[in-house]
Amino acid sequence: MEFVDLVFYLLSTVAVMAAVMVISVRNPVHSVLFLVLTFFNVAGLFVLLEAEFLAAILVMVYMGAVAVLFLFVVMMLDVDFSRLRQGMVQHLPLGLAVGLIFLAELVVVGASAKAGAIGGQATAAGAVNNVAEIGRVLYSRYLYPFELASLILLVALVGAVVLTLRDGKRPGVKQQDIAMQLSRTRDQAVQLKKVKSGEGA
Amino acid sequence: MTMSLNHYLVLSALLFTVGVLGIFLNRKNVIIILMSIEMMLLAVNVNFVAFSHYRHDLTGQIFAFFVVTVAAAEAAIGLAILVTFFRNRATIDVEEIDSLKG
Repeated sequence: MEFVDLVFYLLSTVAVMAAVMVISVRNPVHSVLFLVLTFFNVAGLFVLLEAEFLAAILVMVYMGAVAVLFLFVVMMLDVDFSRLRQGMVQHLPLGLAVGLIFLAELVVVGASAKAGAIGGQATAAGAVNNVAEIGRVLYSRYLYPFELASLILLVALVGAVVLTLRDGKRPGVKQQDIAMQLSRTRDQAVQLKKVKSGEGA
Repeated sequence: MTMSLNHYLVLSALLFTVGVLGIFLNRKNVIIILMSIEMMLLAVNVNFVAFSHYRHDLTGQIFAFFVVTVAAAEAAIGLAILVTFFRNRATIDVEEIDSLKG
């Protein structure tokens, strides 16, 4: 068995195990962290499949944005953490084991960059730049879906703000009154005072 | 034994099944449902990229790119709905989200 196969089996096994842990652990924060582990392993698999751009996108968008969003929401919602506090000490060995596995994977994926790609069949032009190829296709042939995707993101942005924005006066919360700020005149903003030189205002 | 397409398809099927099970078996937590949806979309992405690699066609990766985009947008909206719901109801138990029940 080649080294690359070993990397594939390691990454896919940890990905599936982490996926099972996502749906089976009690603490939702742990679930989100196991989801991050799953994403990370699949990003490693994408690197093995010579899709480096997509692996980087996965890390940045899924792990960097979506998982962080999940964590924020899980922590905002009032979930019962009392069971977590009891099991803190007995979970320490498990945390160490998972950390060691993570570290071993980083080392293995980094070392496998010299071991060659999977499949053995090179593309016709030799070593091509994955990002350049995707860029060439994405902005010419798939330009229309690309623009549509940006519109989808805009709609999602507006929708998320509209859903969660709490307007109106609440006690103890300072808020801006934008209309009042914009209708400010010069007399309200600036005051001229006569000051003798050497004295303060 | 070098990896073939079948290995990646099996992996994608496993991840997708775990995602579906997460929706089935979960009775307590709406966030687990949202995470299971993300996992299913991830499995689909693995499928796309594996086919793109073994057929030497970039279309799979382009589509996976768009799937990531839409999944992120949908996660944001789903969580916004969840937060709004929690503000009104103070619970995220799946059993209690039934006001549209016939």
